[in-house]
Amino acid sequence: MSEALRAELARIVGPRWVRSRPAELAAYEADGLPTHASRPALAVLPGDRRELTDVIRLLHLAAVPFVARGAGTGLSGGALAGGDAVLVILTRLNHILRLDPASRRAVVEPGVVNARLSEAALPHGLYYAPDPSSQTACTLGGNVAENAGGPHCLKYGVTTNHVVALDILLPDGRMARLGSPSGEPWGPDLVGLFVGSEGMFGIALQITLRLEPLPPAVRTLLAAFPTLRAASEAVSGIIAAGIVPAAMEMMDQACVRAVEASIYAAGYPVDAAAVLLVEVDGSPPAAAAEAAAVETLLLRHGATEVRQAESPAERARLWQGRKKAFGAMGRIAPDLAVQDAVVPRSALPDILDQVAAIATRHGLTVANVFHAGDGNLHPNISFDSRDPALVARVHAANRDIMHACLAVGGSITGEHGVGSDKIEYMPDAFDAETLGAMRAVRTAFDPSGRANPGKVIPLHACREWHRGART
Amino acid sequence: MSSAVLDRLRALLGGAAVSRDPDGLPRAVPDSVDAVAATLGVAEEAGWRVRVEGHGSWLPADAPADFALTTRGLDRILAVHPADLVATVEAGVAVDALQRRLAADGMWLALDPPGRPDRTIGSVLATATAGALRAGFGPVRDHVLGCTAVTGDGRVVRPGGTVVKNVAGYDLTRLQVGGFGAFGVLTTLHLRLRTRPHAEATLLARGPRDHLTSAARDLIEAHAQPAALELLSPAVAADSDWVLAARLVGSDASVDAERALLLAVTDLGWAELDKDGAHAFWHLATHAASGAAVTLRLGVLAPGLDEMIDLVGQHLDEGLVWAGALQGGLRWAGEASPDRLRTLRGLAAAREVPLTVERAPWAVRQAIGHFGAYREGVGPLVAQLREVFDPSGRLVVAIDGADA
Repeated sequence: MSEALRAELARIVGPRWVRSRPAELAAYEADGLPTHASRPALAVLPGDRRELTDVIRLLHLAAVPFVARGAGTGLSGGALAGGDAVLVILTRLNHILRLDPASRRAVVEPGVVNARLSEAALPHGLYYAPDPSSQTACTLGGNVAENAGGPHCLKYGVTTNHVVALDILLPDGRMARLGSPSGEPWGPDLVGLFVGSEGMFGIALQITLRLEPLPPAVRTLLAAFPTLRAASEAVSGIIAAGIVPAAMEMMDQACVRAVEASIYAAGYPVDAAAVLLVEVDGSPPAAAAEAAAVETLLLRHGATEVRQAESPAERARLWQGRKKAFGAMGRIAPDLAVQDAVVPRSALPDILDQVAAIATRHGLTVANVFHAGDGNLHPNISFDSRDPALVARVHAANRDIMHACLAVGGSITGEHGVGSDKIEYMPDAFDAETLGAMRAVRTAFDPSGRANPGKVIPLHACREWHRGART
Repeated sequence: MSSAVLDRLRALLGGAAVSRDPDGLPRAVPDSVDAVAATLGVAEEAGWRVRVEGHGSWLPADAPADFALTTRGLDRILAVHPADLVATVEAGVAVDALQRRLAADGMWLALDPPGRPDRTIGSVLATATAGALRAGFGPVRDHVLGCTAVTGDGRVVRPGGTVVKNVAGYDLTRLQVGGFGAFGVLTTLHLRLRTRPHAEATLLARGPRDHLTSAARDLIEAHAQPAALELLSPAVAADSDWVLAARLVGSDASVDAERALLLAVTDLGWAELDKDGAHAFWHLATHAASGAAVTLRLGVLAPGLDEMIDLVGQHLDEGLVWAGALQGGLRWAGEASPDRLRTLRGLAAAREVPLTVERAPWAVRQAIGHFGAYREGVGPLVAQLREVFDPSGRLVVAIDGADA
């Protein structure tokens, strides 16, 4: 990193917003996933849209790569910068620019924290539906980059279903305005293409989001099951009955015990093999009727206990246990590898058996907490990153889990993204032609490949695409 | 047209799959993804301009081309998974045939696209034409989990997958849905399904347009969530007045609750249709667009609907209009010259409202494009993406007009 570039960046954002000392940069070595680390050459924190644009233009002129980063809560090693790449941190661009209750839209800067938007919309009876477990910390810009999900995405959809328009800064510093407030694009669906591009197409400067009306009534049920299989079958039974709960979350015994041993103890039954948290919403009579139907189905599928939250406080407590489960599991070992994969819902019972067998084979402890309604697994492996042999076993187990999920028609990631962590599995998930197309599309947005280099697409596995034959 | 090249195509696809129109245009009816890829590979080598056709029931098959490729041979429902609520179908499957097949397993695809019932699912996806149900179930893209598409130079890409939640790799499926075939030929689609609802109701209110839109605003404020709340012009509803149509879908309790809200919040004198009447009404409303030469959609939010309908009335006519009273969006069908459409597009763009030509004769499409009045930075991106997916410009698609 040249001193001249550092000085020029400091001139744009002010010296206190450029971090270059090793001790300062250590904070940005990893995101929420402890298995990947990389120290950036420099970190810069622009304070507004203009500063951000000037920074990106400068980096373009200097031909320096960059990585955009929000709160650093990602779980795929996606926001790591190595080599001479500059980390561009967006947390200071944290203004909610407009909130329009009549059309149920919000316009925000990328650094706005997810939960802050719902708080701001609350007085209008509205909220922002996608709710990643890290929603009290993660930023909406990061949610857009990763196409983040969350428990309530079962009924309400993931980030991409809620983004209607984007102002983006291309890696060469030019701007593009994609989509419109209605959600109808100007041309092909470039908003849909940009969401989930993991910071490799540019930076979202301004995000227009759809808000949802708060459901008038919510019912939260907790069910205990003697086996994971019975709980998984209950999930399929509820969906087959035509009920789409707002959320349907499962925790296995290891996860439940970790939660109950932590400060987030939620009163989960620690002797059950699986705990299912089901939430239904709607008008009061509809939610009541649906909750009754769900309760019947849970019992029919072998639940040994079904409880309904009696008060908002009890509901909050049940959810807090689920949302803090990663943190609770993190307490029981020095490190936690949070994994993410998807299988068709009907494959859940078998895949959970396979995950358990894989963990046993590698001599590891796995705890499951996941979005059962979507078939979105989070098998979490506790380990100690100071033990290289153990780290290698964790890696091997993860690889086996990914292959098992792909073998039943699943996906290597449902909501955490590919980042650095899953790039090696991309050739198992996509053929060389499709990977080549993805690489070529990236090139359309970023011809010099400077935005978040080295992530998502394994270049060696791509078939070559010839561009520009027309010109 | 070289007959040697056609012979090669016959050798690849089988003799019956290649024919000539009465006017001499050769046409291929490939019946697999590989056959589509082989066909486009041959076209690429021969330097042909290719027109892609479905049943010809939505976009007219009139683009000037050296060669036509139809998806009619891709008419298989490949897999239906009731437990996962996912289906994999070929692009040439007719929507009505698909819905019948899904209904047999207690499921449906929650889309009610305008046009003829036997439109191909490929045309619905390529043009992203959703109907009134988009209020409750989202736009077309929300129903698509992944696809197979063949690029203009014959490459096969398979983005997305068959699971309901998936962020592996860039979302290239989104580019194909609503891409009007400019980024390749859709051959196979993975669709998200729903269980058929237990209960359903349709209620109609008629009256002056401003009265109905004002009632719709009250419903938005009351957080009503019908599956559809569509404002229909007299010509669409076959009525002497404008009609506000509400479709409620869900459990008995949720339909009852939505009906009660509708009646409590508005003073419109709603009339509820019986099952056959509701089916006939939505059939009529959905298919009223079938005969018109031009169909367009305007991406307007609900609060801007009145002004936009006025604008459409001024510059085109107030004949066939469908408007999403809850979520916005306006569709118009009729006859219109490129000049008038261009003017309307400019006026709409000034209000941050995109105008998309969903269907029109080639002369109109060529003049103004499916898209136009691009916002800052969009045009170059579209051009670059076109180069990725159709490097030699084989696919004859008027994606954007000369004035984009």
